[in-house]
Amino acid sequence: MSEYILDCGGVTKRFGYVTALNNVSLRLTPGKIAGLLGPNGSGKTTLIKIINKLLVPDEGAVYINGLRPGTETKKLISYLPDCESVNGNMSVDELIGLFSDFYADFRADTSRAMIDNLGIDPKVKLKTLSKGNREKVRLIMAMSRRAKLYLLDEPIGGVDPAARDYIINSIITNYSPDAAVLISTHLIADVEKILDEVIFIREGSVLLHENADALREREGKSVDAVFREVFRC
Amino acid sequence: MQWSFSGDRPIYAQIVEQITRDIVSGGLIPGERLPSVRDMAREAGVNPNTMQRALAELEREGLVYSQRTSGRFITENKDLTASLKERTAREKTGKFLNEMLSLGYTAEQTAELILNYEGTEENE
Repeated sequence: MSEYILDCGGVTKRFGYVTALNNVSLRLTPGKIAGLLGPNGSGKTTLIKIINKLLVPDEGAVYINGLRPGTETKKLISYLPDCESVNGNMSVDELIGLFSDFYADFRADTSRAMIDNLGIDPKVKLKTLSKGNREKVRLIMAMSRRAKLYLLDEPIGGVDPAARDYIINSIITNYSPDAAVLISTHLIADVEKILDEVIFIREGSVLLHENADALREREGKSVDAVFREVFRC
Repeated sequence: MQWSFSGDRPIYAQIVEQITRDIVSGGLIPGERLPSVRDMAREAGVNPNTMQRALAELEREGLVYSQRTSGRFITENKDLTASLKERTAREKTGKFLNEMLSLGYTAEQTAELILNYEGTEENE
């Protein structure tokens, strides 16, 4: 056990000559929703993949609830990848079955109720759903686990504003106070209201990690406006 | 409750203001039970910790009180809501009067305008 759900210390990752992450240190405590905010190519997905052990850092270490990434931490982390991660030939029912088999903490009833709420037919193949609905289904799957750490990589990319609201709402409703949520995105205006903490990442380095309201108070601007200033091209 | 937030100020402070306004205007009734933090957060589309912080602030100000098992309630202290109402009215009057003064009206002329107000031309 550890007081931090996520504790990254001095994480560096290089791909050939490119340094994707440079000495990243980051800690998250339970009950917090943090936004991992940075432009394209700043290292957001690389960091999330390292936490998931899909990548191994060249230097530094990551601990999830005091554990190094591995089989045990996969039980603690619910990961929503930034790409289409479900087999389009499966139906929602089959997907729920798959998640129930894979994850002991998966709440099938919760996911069914949410799917039902959306009016999605659980018998149809995922590939026949609209992109927005497919993204909602993927998010429902991720949030229906009772995880300690939710890693949501671009959960609202490529969906319309109403679907974004739905997704953001589902995140607040479903995470528990002993869990932490890390949301990576560059659509800051849409998520900033639900963030406790903001983390700005640029060219693989953490520029800032601060309480969202404290940042607004200090700058007299929205997180989105501060972001636009910091990352002006 | 209707919520609207601007991004340039702390969200918790805006929640405090909006709930205060609703208490003063009677939108929230004395003794009324508030929904759970999580439900209020969902309704407002904000982080539950932010809502919690706002409610703690309202509790500190005495506008909201909590009972260990049954939840949070709007204050029944009429003196408090009355004084708050007066303070809000003063603030709004001051703001309006300043605008009128900048238009070149005196306080007396403004008062007369208010007393004889029958709507603007578009409304008639």
